[in-house]
Amino acid sequence: MAERLSPLARFEPVSTDDLRIAEIPFLTQVNLRVDPKSRAAADIGLALGAPLPTEPNTYASADSDVFWLGPDEWLIVGAGARADLEPRLRAAATGAVEAGRVHVGITDVSAQRTALVVGGPKARDLLAHGCALDLHPRTFGPGRCAQTMLARAQVLLAAREGGEFRVFVRSSFAGYLAAWLLDAAVEYLP
Amino acid sequence: MLLIPCPWCGPRDEAEFRYGGQAHVAYPEDPAALSDEEWARYLFFRDNPKGRFAERWNHTAGCRRWFNVVRDTATNEWVSA
Ligand SMILES: [Zn+2]
Repeated sequence: MAERLSPLARFEPVSTDDLRIAEIPFLTQVNLRVDPKSRAAADIGLALGAPLPTEPNTYASADSDVFWLGPDEWLIVGAGARADLEPRLRAAATGAVEAGRVHVGITDVSAQRTALVVGGPKARDLLAHGCALDLHPRTFGPGRCAQTMLARAQVLLAAREGGEFRVFVRSSFAGYLAAWLLDAAVEYLP
Repeated sequence: MLLIPCPWCGPRDEAEFRYGGQAHVAYPEDPAALSDEEWARYLFFRDNPKGRFAERWNHTAGCRRWFNVVRDTATNEWVSA
């Protein structure tokens, strides 16, 4: 069997008192398109243990993390390699799809992006080097997410508890972004 | 750099957007019935006012939605979203 390599398999994680940077490889990621007012959306919310977040640029955490990507689009990220996530979502939507004219798109996109954790007291300052958003906890605290540019690469950025961030980046941009993060972090590293 | 008001995400940097040109340009009801000149006018001719202009933008690096906005082309002021 072929060995599976993550996009940042050769990235040396950073771990100091000020800063932590590491890849979280192989997360199961599913893209969901559905009318938020439909029964299918409600059923999927029930299956996930939390309603799909409808406030722009927020995410809900229950069984999985559910990120708002657009008014009818979400990214559902399961912890680790959860092969059952997509089939479970399909099963949850089946009743509503068979009952009426609702269209639901459920697509496994796990290989599309990899995830980085950027944590520690200097995490916010580091990201601010390449991100135009105001990352202050007042406007970008835990539970908030945004699709934006980090060092000119398109990312999905999420703020978590304890001043930690998740950065989802396209696999083909991951090497570039990790190198940029290390370069921007020079002043925070011993 | 312009700060563009996405109706979903709020104000974001111009670099996150793609310009979509003039808004409210309707597709011809019967394209086959048009003369070459009329078809060319539909395809290529757009208003170019100094002042308020209704235009389309796509938040390509964000929520990827299209939206209409009125911009003052002389001052770059966003009149309405
Ligand atoms: Zn947007």
